[in-house]
Amino acid sequence: MAFKSSGINPAKFHVSQLKFYIFLVPFAIFMALPIIFIFNHAFKPLDELYAFPPRFFVINPTLENFQNLAQLAEQSGIPLSRYVFNSVFVTVIVVFLSLALSTLAGYALSKKQFRGKKLLLEVNNTALMFVPIAVMIPRFLTVSALGIEDTYFAHIFPLVAMPVGLFLIKQFIDQIPDSLIEAAVIDGANDFKIYWKVILPLIKPAIATAAILAFQLVWNDMETSNLYTTSENMRTLAFFMNTLAAQTNVVVGQGMAAVASMIMFIPNLILFVILQSKVMNTMAHSGLK
Amino acid sequence: MKGNKKSPYLFLLPYISLFTLFIVVPVLMAIFLSFTNFNTIEAPEFVGFMNYINLLTQDEIFMQYVLPNTILFAVIVGPGGYILSFVLAWVLAQLTPVPRTLFALIFYSPSMTAGIAMAVVWRVIFSGNQSGYANHILMSLGIITEPVIWLQDTRYILIIMIVVALWSSMGVGFLAMMSGVLNIDHTLYEAGAIDGIKNRFQELIYITIPSMKPQMLFGAVMAIVGTFNAGAIGVQLTGANPTPSYAGQLIVNHIEDYGFIRFEMGYAAALSVVLLLIIYMFAYVAKKLFSEA
Repeated sequence: MAFKSSGINPAKFHVSQLKFYIFLVPFAIFMALPIIFIFNHAFKPLDELYAFPPRFFVINPTLENFQNLAQLAEQSGIPLSRYVFNSVFVTVIVVFLSLALSTLAGYALSKKQFRGKKLLLEVNNTALMFVPIAVMIPRFLTVSALGIEDTYFAHIFPLVAMPVGLFLIKQFIDQIPDSLIEAAVIDGANDFKIYWKVILPLIKPAIATAAILAFQLVWNDMETSNLYTTSENMRTLAFFMNTLAAQTNVVVGQGMAAVASMIMFIPNLILFVILQSKVMNTMAHSGLK
Repeated sequence: MKGNKKSPYLFLLPYISLFTLFIVVPVLMAIFLSFTNFNTIEAPEFVGFMNYINLLTQDEIFMQYVLPNTILFAVIVGPGGYILSFVLAWVLAQLTPVPRTLFALIFYSPSMTAGIAMAVVWRVIFSGNQSGYANHILMSLGIITEPVIWLQDTRYILIIMIVVALWSSMGVGFLAMMSGVLNIDHTLYEAGAIDGIKNRFQELIYITIPSMKPQMLFGAVMAIVGTFNAGAIGVQLTGANPTPSYAGQLIVNHIEDYGFIRFEMGYAAALSVVLLLIIYMFAYVAKKLFSEA
């Protein structure tokens, strides 16, 4: 009897899937614990934060930690909304631009023949291996040489070219059969049309994955605030949250740090939930056979 | 077709210009700095291979602690995290969409909680007094009698770092590999069954992995880069750079130590170049394994 082929992406639950659950559930619990911990910690009143024996779950949830954080934020003189605006603004622009640039370049690198293609790929992939902290100072010099310090450009430009995103997207475009593009050429589509109508719809999973990655990198980035800005009102939420959590004394700090982590984490979570269906999108409906 | 000769460059131009300005130029500057003495204030002074020679002959801490730590950390976290990511991606692909999403979210969430979150959680869990969670659990189970100062004890720091790194290793490589598995053409499996594939393992080796080589390579490169460029973990957990008795010191921490604490930028740059070479070597092997031959 021939082996009954695997159940990749099954539509329905089947008893044969049960063994996976037996393996996954304990693992998932271990993985989820720290996240659940942050959410519980954020709502703990002071006496529970330092209770003995330590308790994992919060018993009397309170907003004390949120109030403390808000109070501390007020003292800094700049409204929290300013940091939020900076972060949202910078993140949206960088994610959008970076996806546009990576998909354009990825298409050319994967499907076009031209001089210097191999070299360019090699340089891109080597660049993503270079440890970021080593280029901090040289990058700072570049930013100041361009005279864009302390502007939104300083937050945006250094992050837009994302070698990892390009690498990821190029890898997915590699899987698109050349015959599909040739067919489009015969139908009279120009390059841009092929990019827009053929490539982009087929690499939705890669675009979604790159979007999640880019969002995370920009949203959590502190380097641009740290090095390329000088005035307080140009800084981002990630930077602000980190200084708040770092500045305060350890005793009250723990709860506030948990709140800060939670605030930074939730947008990531929301984006992931929105985009996950695209990440796990299959090409089954795309007519790609 | 008109314009076809020029268009690849047109598609590449926006990326290349920003990439050159903010990545290639700084990397080249860093490589140049590795041949100089540079204290970040005075102009760099060219010293040839001096930094590299010192690194190989003088830097006892590097040879005695940093290099062995980095290798041990990378050997466990790199392949461990990669295999874990792939197995989980493969298993999740065989579930129905709703539980798959839920599990994927849980496994991916540690990589979303950057910096502070990691420090908050794990420092509290491994807190050195008896109200630390790890100590409390082990003490109530009778495994230890005295609280262990986990994060300052040179015997445990590296192990804890490895656990935390594995915990957060289901990153973007994991996502890419999962969509790779899901995107494999179903007819390939049917054809495979006819050709005599007998079980899931054979299916995995002969169909699944070969059909998703681009994602396998991406995952591998990300795992290599991620483990060698990891450095924040030890410092965030122990709260100090250098970590106590250099027990959790990785190359990246060593670079930070020289570059931003001692302000010997030239030497730090030389270390970064050496690190780049190490990463490049491993990535090259991965590329040979998964190249489309």
